[in-house]
Amino acid sequence: MNRIGNGGSKNAEPAARPATGPREPAGVPLVQIQDLTKRFDGVTAVDCVSLDILRGELFAILGSSGCGKTTLLRLLAGFEQPTSGTILIDGVDMTQVPPYERPVNLMFQSYALFPHMTVAQNVAYGLKKERLPAARIKERVAEMLALVKLEALAARKPDKLSGGEKQRVALARALIKRPKLLLLDEPLAALDKKLREHTQFELANLQYQLGTTFVVVTHDQDEAMTLASRIAVMEQGRIAQVGTPGEVYEFPANRFVADFVGDINLIDGRVAGAGAGRLSLRCETLGAELTALSDEAVANDTAICVAVRPEKITISRQPPDATDRNVLKGVVLDLGYFGDQSLYRVRLPSGAVLQVISQNLRRSASLTVEWDDEVYLSWDVASTILLRE
Amino acid sequence: MRRRPLGLLTIVAFGYAFLYVPILSVVIYSFNDSRLVTLWGGFSLRWYAHLLADDELLEAAFLSLRIAAVSATVATSLGALVALALHRLTRLRGRLLLSGMITAPLVMPEIITGLSLLFLFISMAEWIGWPATRGATTITIAHITFSMAYVVVVVRSRLAGMDESLEEAAMDLGGRPLTVFFDITVPMLLPALVSGWLLAFTLSLDDLVISSFVSGPGATTLPMLIFAKVRLGVTPDINAIATIIIALVIAGVVTAALLSGRRERATVR
Amino acid sequence: MSEDTTTRGGDPRRWLSRAVTLPYVWLLLFFLAPFLIILKISFAEPIVAQPPFTPLLEWGERGFEGLRTTFENYAFLFQDGYYGIIYLASLKMAAIGTLLCLLLGYPMAYFIARQPSRRRQVLLLAVILPFWISFLLRVYAWIGLLNNRGVINNVLMSLGVIDEPLTMLYNDFAVYIGIVYSYLPFMILPLYANLERLDVDLLDAAADLGAKRWQAFLDVTLPLSMPGIVGGCLLVFIPAVGEFTIPALLGGADTLMIGRVLWDEFFVSRDWPVASAVSIVLVLLLVAPIMWFQHVQSREQEAGR
Repeated sequence: MNRIGNGGSKNAEPAARPATGPREPAGVPLVQIQDLTKRFDGVTAVDCVSLDILRGELFAILGSSGCGKTTLLRLLAGFEQPTSGTILIDGVDMTQVPPYERPVNLMFQSYALFPHMTVAQNVAYGLKKERLPAARIKERVAEMLALVKLEALAARKPDKLSGGEKQRVALARALIKRPKLLLLDEPLAALDKKLREHTQFELANLQYQLGTTFVVVTHDQDEAMTLASRIAVMEQGRIAQVGTPGEVYEFPANRFVADFVGDINLIDGRVAGAGAGRLSLRCETLGAELTALSDEAVANDTAICVAVRPEKITISRQPPDATDRNVLKGVVLDLGYFGDQSLYRVRLPSGAVLQVISQNLRRSASLTVEWDDEVYLSWDVASTILLRE
Repeated sequence: MRRRPLGLLTIVAFGYAFLYVPILSVVIYSFNDSRLVTLWGGFSLRWYAHLLADDELLEAAFLSLRIAAVSATVATSLGALVALALHRLTRLRGRLLLSGMITAPLVMPEIITGLSLLFLFISMAEWIGWPATRGATTITIAHITFSMAYVVVVVRSRLAGMDESLEEAAMDLGGRPLTVFFDITVPMLLPALVSGWLLAFTLSLDDLVISSFVSGPGATTLPMLIFAKVRLGVTPDINAIATIIIALVIAGVVTAALLSGRRERATVR
Repeated sequence: MSEDTTTRGGDPRRWLSRAVTLPYVWLLLFFLAPFLIILKISFAEPIVAQPPFTPLLEWGERGFEGLRTTFENYAFLFQDGYYGIIYLASLKMAAIGTLLCLLLGYPMAYFIARQPSRRRQVLLLAVILPFWISFLLRVYAWIGLLNNRGVINNVLMSLGVIDEPLTMLYNDFAVYIGIVYSYLPFMILPLYANLERLDVDLLDAAADLGAKRWQAFLDVTLPLSMPGIVGGCLLVFIPAVGEFTIPALLGGADTLMIGRVLWDEFFVSRDWPVASAVSIVLVLLLVAPIMWFQHVQSREQEAGR
């Protein structure tokens, strides 16, 4: 995945990449959220949200702060009562059920480890509340600590642990109860970069191993895209789109999602003509006409937002082959070299600036394209994204 | 700011001296064989012996201790509830009134508190027949009322530093609300509850004015007795009592400091 | 449908809001109600009876006949300039005592706040320790020290500094010493709590911008420690106004403090209505400072979070 800012920092191959999608082919989804609404003092935090989460998947809820994702999480965990709507877990209505009776466990952003208990006691807590016999508890705790590789720290108190260790305790504590659903609130936010990448894969592997359904809430799109098999993008209490990372990235449902996930060039346009599965779009800001693929016929003069991802655009000094491609001409305004890729900002005669990302495929110390160069930008018509507002 | 100004150090040294010289002088003179403060008659324990023989004093001391223990326990329980309520329930009905009633006793002159409570007890005796006589019970009630305010201050400042998600985590793991309260909240609040209790205990033990107002025949607390004696001038056996109390307090404080120090060292291992 | 949309975790909050009615009622009964009763009595007439004042409601043969109140007591207070003088004297003594307490307490709090953590604990403990020792006994200790033939005079005379003993007891001077001595911890603690939170970087920034040490103090430290100063002063001033023990033990016959007058009015003259009126006026005088204190207190609570 080409992502600006991430350039060159990819790890070695992602080991044991988890299977995407649900593990069980059919059946009732594990979690069914139906028309869930939560209002606080006149503010609607969650607005008529409906969502299905499938058994065994690693699901992410992505959104910026204040979009309602944390509230949605707390509603699932049982710490908030919805104003209206229902939550079904495994077909059972859990809306009125208190948190200590739900088969759901939450890993808190701050980890919330009990400071007056040791690691082992923390992990054992949930099982103690289930009234399991002491010997059995001891067994399971040892098992779980081995799974998260914390056996050596069993007798330590939380204030003597590092951030990464605390997180593993929190995880162990939640997972030991074998919940049907594990909720994770910004699991990687408190970790430093190196640890974050390592933990991302650990989490994904753990989920694959255990088969537990995970729901991760995050504001970090990289996290969501890497971890999850499906993502729900949230904005102002509503779900903007649900889909696989690929679907959300390449086929955004609306302008918000397109803009929020990854970088994108957004252009206002009007339909100028239609035919043979294509649409012609007149874009005043670019001073050009673009072509896009479209199954539906849209009336002329309809306002449409046209978009194209920076990495889909090819930049060259020579005029490119125009078959099935949109071609524009411009001048390089800005250029950023990242080693593995380069970022260009190209100014068109109309004044508009488009962003282009290009892999540096040829090994060369000098730049192929420089500032103020005249260049051609082109992309496949299939790469043109059409968005309603 | 590395150089420490000499002026500041002098003032601070004077301040500490100011605080401790009277205490020191009382301790020294409790061992004075002479009755007069002006004369040093030699080292003697006679005033301590005198104390042990003084039944009136011992009785007053036990009464004060009993009242203090009960008052501290009730005040801590009620005060903890108020602190929790004020901290957690932002939409509590009558919050402003509760907040005011729990802050005012911190500064209200004791004379007024004492007088007003006395009138209350008298009126209550008139209307509902209770309390028929004033004494240990009325003193305890009065002490609970003003001690509560101090407990709330101590517990609230501890609550402010506590992480709320701990209780949610416990509930998430299957703990019912009452269990969570005893598993998580109380242990975390324990230091504050203990200091609150000690504070309430000390305030009760030491109270003169309010006790004088709301007490009745036969219930003389230690401060009331001491005050009566002191009004007549310096009496050396008061020095002895003072020294005993000072010794107990210092022992208590030092023990507490050592205990918390040891607990800290244990967790490091 | 949920009833209270702001409750987090439902059950425990509801239990708590029900449980808190117990202390609530307690306070209403044993703190608030007494004030109303004092108010009522301040409008009554003193009579030779048990209790020595007239009841509020007149019950005759036919039932309720009306309220029996009199403003005599208040009139008495204000007619006789005596009380006015005493109130003012009390306010003045409390104010001066508070100021002295601040002058000694601020440097101490400042010093302690700047110490490394371990030493800070010990120093703070040393300030609080006297507080755990009986208030009464500590005030009493000063009698032995300030006496004409007490320790201080003895030392000064034997050193030849003075010929005649200084009269340091049973006068206003002794009361000031008593106030500062007893209330010093109450001044230091809020000041310390505030000063401890002071970001030392601010002082460095001021120095970097050209401020000398004392300028940085006046421009940065002092203004920022205002809430602590106000809190500490109110915590000392308000109770000091109504102080009884200190003037009773250390003051002279002409040391006028309202606390003593109130005691005498009650225990000696047995004029309960006037005592009540005196109390009510005292409370009214203190209402504004008390509310100010509560305001500062809640703000410091928020800041401490």
